[in-house]
Amino acid sequence: MPVEVILPKVDMDMSTGRISKWHVAEGQAVSQGELLFEIETDKAAMEIDSPATGVIRDIVGAEDVDIPVGQPVAWIYVEGEAYAPAPAGQAAESVISALVGEMPGRAEGDAVPPTVQASSARREIGGGAIRATPLARRLARERGLDLSAVRGSGPHGRIVRADVEGAAITPSSPSSPVVGNEPSVKLPISPLEGEMAGRPEGGAGAPSSDRTLSLFEPGSYEMAQHDAMRRTIARRLVEAKSTIPHFYLTAHCDIDALLRLRTDLNAAAPRRDGEPAWRLSVNDMVVKALAVALVKVPAANVSWTDEAMLRHRHVDVGVAVSIPGGLITPIVRRAEEKSLSAISNETKALAERARARALRPEEYRGGTTAVSNLGMFGVSEFAAIVNPPHATILAVGAGERRAVVDGDLIRAATMMTVTLSTDHRAVDGALAAELLAAFRETIEHPLGLVA
Amino acid sequence: MADHARALKAEPDSSNLPFIYREYGREQLMDALRRMHLIRQFEEGAEESYMRGLIHGTMHLSIGQEASAMGICMPLTVEDQITSTHRGHGHCIAKGAEVARMFAEFFGKTTGYCAGRGGSMHIADVTTGNLGANGIVGGGLPIAVGAALTAKRLKTGKVVVCFFGDGANNEGAFHESLNMASVWSLPVIFVCENNGYGMSTSTARSTAVANIADRAPAYGMPGVIVDGNVLSDVAEATHNAVQRARRGEGPTLIETKTYRYRGHSKSDRNRYRTKDEIEDWMTNRDPIARYEAQLQEFGIASPEQIEAVREAVRQEIAAGIEFAKDSPMPEISGLADNVYTEGA
Amino acid sequence: MNAVPRELSYSQAIQEAMALAMEADERVILMGEDIGVYGGAFQVTGDLIERFGPDRVMDTPISELGGAGVAVGAAVTGLRPIFEFQFSDFAALAMEQIVNQAAKMRYMLGGAVSVPVVMRFPAGSGTGAAAQHSQSLEAWLGHVPGLKVIQPATPHDAKGMLLAAIEDPDPVMIFEHKLLYKMKGAVPEGRYTVPIGKAEVRRQGRDLTIVATSIMVHKSLEAAQMLAAEGIDVEVIDLRTVRPMDRETVIASVCKTSRLMCVYEAVKTLGIGAEVSAMVAESEAFDFLDAPIVRLGGAETPIPYNPDLEKATVPQVGDIVAAARALVTGAR
Repeated sequence: MPVEVILPKVDMDMSTGRISKWHVAEGQAVSQGELLFEIETDKAAMEIDSPATGVIRDIVGAEDVDIPVGQPVAWIYVEGEAYAPAPAGQAAESVISALVGEMPGRAEGDAVPPTVQASSARREIGGGAIRATPLARRLARERGLDLSAVRGSGPHGRIVRADVEGAAITPSSPSSPVVGNEPSVKLPISPLEGEMAGRPEGGAGAPSSDRTLSLFEPGSYEMAQHDAMRRTIARRLVEAKSTIPHFYLTAHCDIDALLRLRTDLNAAAPRRDGEPAWRLSVNDMVVKALAVALVKVPAANVSWTDEAMLRHRHVDVGVAVSIPGGLITPIVRRAEEKSLSAISNETKALAERARARALRPEEYRGGTTAVSNLGMFGVSEFAAIVNPPHATILAVGAGERRAVVDGDLIRAATMMTVTLSTDHRAVDGALAAELLAAFRETIEHPLGLVA
Repeated sequence: MADHARALKAEPDSSNLPFIYREYGREQLMDALRRMHLIRQFEEGAEESYMRGLIHGTMHLSIGQEASAMGICMPLTVEDQITSTHRGHGHCIAKGAEVARMFAEFFGKTTGYCAGRGGSMHIADVTTGNLGANGIVGGGLPIAVGAALTAKRLKTGKVVVCFFGDGANNEGAFHESLNMASVWSLPVIFVCENNGYGMSTSTARSTAVANIADRAPAYGMPGVIVDGNVLSDVAEATHNAVQRARRGEGPTLIETKTYRYRGHSKSDRNRYRTKDEIEDWMTNRDPIARYEAQLQEFGIASPEQIEAVREAVRQEIAAGIEFAKDSPMPEISGLADNVYTEGA
Repeated sequence: MNAVPRELSYSQAIQEAMALAMEADERVILMGEDIGVYGGAFQVTGDLIERFGPDRVMDTPISELGGAGVAVGAAVTGLRPIFEFQFSDFAALAMEQIVNQAAKMRYMLGGAVSVPVVMRFPAGSGTGAAAQHSQSLEAWLGHVPGLKVIQPATPHDAKGMLLAAIEDPDPVMIFEHKLLYKMKGAVPEGRYTVPIGKAEVRRQGRDLTIVATSIMVHKSLEAAQMLAAEGIDVEVIDLRTVRPMDRETVIASVCKTSRLMCVYEAVKTLGIGAEVSAMVAESEAFDFLDAPIVRLGGAETPIPYNPDLEKATVPQVGDIVAAARALVTGAR
């Protein structure tokens, strides 16, 4: 076995190193202790000597490249040893990576470690300069008092306990669910498991829960605690809206041909056990059409990361499903390869499981685009919020009989208005327009959906 | 071979033999060889593991100083105690530690001697009397004197060996410790392993006297200089110092002249000494080679028997590294263990 | 049992503690400069050498670093040494053995050893000893995990806490204010301990919590009496232990009074008052604070020689009264 020449660790806190200069060449005879190469560190160049006497071969350690500590960079064949080329990819067990664990990514709904309890009173109300002691704030909150109405007797107008106690108090109704009898500092709304106390779901800059509460008369409302889904939806939407630069384009599609095709296809469905093998909806066809459009305009089938654009090979379409208490977007993967009936049946199955809250994470995480359809509720037109990691989302309105201009004539046609929202970092105006045009083309010439 | 050895011991004129061949039997002599190889191969194994990125931090290797460590520890019992230095792997093994648990400690595992909390610079094995290596130059000197105070106060009969290097002999703690040990006549033996360099500064450039042992009279104790690479010389000087201490006559300062083949630590580029100097010590004065030559010359061991020792040590080292690799890492939840004595 | 409790001075109480410990356990030895025949710079050891002999009341050379290290080594191997520093300022010479060795040996060796050493530090100003013999350095050592740091303020506590310290398997650092050595107080006979890590409410009150240490406990109590005449009711807590600090007692008190003032002799910045203040601000007591947290500490200077300047460097009763009044009346 040839003797390995490894990239040695020569400094504390070193996980990779760079060979700055080789002093020997492939096939050269070397002696133990002879200088083979130099490593560059922050401090100076370090000379690395040969561990054996023989012939050095397979110098795979390139100069000026980061090499993990412990990885072989060459081999020394002692006298008489047969030469066997280093097998491709033979790296010494990269012990470093074995020792370093993977940092777990943050999954949806993961708990943020709780910080020290902080009263929300530390947030300045309304950006103004109300000075009040922690005790005064808490007492005011418990009594439903607006601090801006209390006169402070302390230095700089600071409100102290005595001021709050002396102020006129709005009597709290006995039926008030405000936990006035709770002496602890916990906020009366949303015991946030794992989330920082005092941080409203609205994120930075949003009005505090306190402030919102203080705008309403105690007893005039009921408090419904958020469940995990509501909190997650809130968090993700704020994240999307505040980090993604949204851009919107609208098109009106003539769907008469689409509706005729649908009728024909549904009529052609064979019956299995008394049930038709498929019952296509307009939305199923929209999903396929979007997939087809993205195949035609692949530059729009991307995800933005700070390092690089991810160009997806397939179109995974998220289909927004309304469920009791919220919204979820199961994904139809590789939609461009699936037939309309396959898409339709799969979507129905996913939606059923979504309503039963039985979706598995791999069924709703990821995706390359999404469709949201409010047409069944009579909405003509709307704009949706892009769901990261997507770069696009198509909002679909109802098919409506409208008057359209055809040459010089006015006729009735069934029109469906769609709005494409894009992440402008990844899909800019021209590209979005191209995509929308391809979509509309496919919808208005729908035979392309069955090809 | 055994006959020849017995014959040697029976010789009336065996006073020509070096000390250890008169004082110790074959078993002890071979055990000393085994431990010296253990030290050498442990250091090499640790070095290899370090270069492969398995060991955090840095290390201070004592390759080349095996006879110094072993010679000092040979006359000690397991109850006698030592304090050690940041270059203390050899002391630890010479005093009787298991290499597997030392590797485990270097790998930061819970099965290590310090449960992964100490690492190379703080390696210890209290059960064999090693009160610990020390990351502070000179840190172990007063502690060793304190241990000797306990021995005297409680009349345990133990002696304490305090290892330190040439660099430490300029720390204030050195002077304070030697002074107190002498004033109180404590059973402590101060052993300076003079390998010629502090970190990069030679003794010639840093120490006002030619030999560290020259400082002994200033503190009222005998100073002895030995060739630290000759096992018998080191053992003999130690033996005498131990007897003196056990008789209640107080401390001794032994200076072993030796040499370290590797740099101070793993970041050392050896700019301050020449390759020729290193070569010379490695080739002409290697302590293990010299001991092996003697063993053969005096008929204690054959080349095959010596090779068998080396091979057995190789196995033990390899097994030790495997043990360390397989051992568990500590739980983060145990971070604050043993800051204080629990349940106190 | 006597109706009138016996009184001892603070230094006598310490001596009694050491004598009791040494009688009970032959492993307990004393080490320090001039503690033998001389009786110690502050006469704390007194005539203990006559009772226990020079082997157990050991005069060391002037070698704080070496001497402290010998105490550490002895503690690790089976003795229970009590090492006296002549002045707390000399801790600086021994920091290596205290901070790098004593505090850390148990931890670094994974629990294989313990270090049951006690080190005593005469501390504080007011004797005209000036800058290098007058410091209060408990925060230096209180900052080091692995050490325990205590400041008994009364003779009763001095004896009880020292006995607890000797029993403790971990290193305990005792800071004794020099001006307290002659102070007399009730001290029970025989062995008893006062727990390390427990503060004591010396005076109950409703309007303000004062957390004080050492000699400042007494000044705070004096101030509290004066303030009572003005209708200001002050609660005075004697912190007693710097590490581990008794958070519960302090937090509970501030929750009650809504105001906190820390009074300590050491330099104000980065001193223990800073720790108490932050600890309270971090705790549930925050929601009960009705005034800023105030610290009265030593001036940001070395201790000067001139007696008026010397007094002006540390909080005096008048300072405590004025600060407390301002806090409670809302002027601050």
